[in-house]
Amino acid sequence: MVPVTYYLVLSAILFTIGVAAFIFKRNIITIFMSIELMLNAVNLSFVAFANMHHNLDGHIFVFFVMVVAAAEAAVGLAIIISVFRTRETLNVDRVNLLKL
Amino acid sequence: MIHQALFFIFAAICVAGALNLLLQKHPISSALSLIVVMGSLALLYLLLGAQFVAAIQIIVYAGAIMVLFVFVIMLLNAGIEEHTEGSRIAVYFGVPAVAALVGMVLYVLLKTSHIEYQVQLGGFVKPTRDVAMLLFREYLLPFEVTSVLILIAIMGAVVLARREP
Repeated sequence: MVPVTYYLVLSAILFTIGVAAFIFKRNIITIFMSIELMLNAVNLSFVAFANMHHNLDGHIFVFFVMVVAAAEAAVGLAIIISVFRTRETLNVDRVNLLKL
Repeated sequence: MIHQALFFIFAAICVAGALNLLLQKHPISSALSLIVVMGSLALLYLLLGAQFVAAIQIIVYAGAIMVLFVFVIMLLNAGIEEHTEGSRIAVYFGVPAVAALVGMVLYVLLKTSHIEYQVQLGGFVKPTRDVAMLLFREYLLPFEVTSVLILIAIMGAVVLARREP
């Protein structure tokens, strides 16, 4: 038997590490991966609450989060490819002009 | 007992993978540690009785989405990340921001830690049929709307990544 709080604490830890990676990383692809980490942390708390309330709605919401994450990854990586084509860099500090 | 042991082992692997994502300099190392995090999260979903979510986690997240990431990293030949002037500003403002976030999360968790509910191994296991019933009855409209969202995302990705003539 594990208290549900442990799962929520783990989810909070993962979310915080995701926020830290989002702020400190400079590579645009790694920043994108930290967003995925935050989405995964939220999914864990959805599943933990579904278990706690004996309700399957949490699982459904996890599917929707995954669908949105997949759509976001496809569009975001396409944007990264087109940014790399025009700037020749992946460092977010060097992508600081709206116009070339 | 076995539940606690499995939880702590895979929670430790999860946190170690996430920290590795934060500390590694090369994006491919970060991507591989993110796959480790997703795999151990799938096992935690199994402990919580969500078998279908665990399978989808492995297939969609660790499979499809991370393959896309690794593919883009190799396509763009991404190297070790460099640190510039802006990254020092990010550290100055980011450390207090993350510290504030940790403080708030800890405060809320300590306030709400009176939740006495104990997760039991096999205490809440529903067949996939029930999930499907819910998804295709109550949540039919959101399901169809997400299919439109995916279609638009595919078209957007194709338009964005196409080489200008």
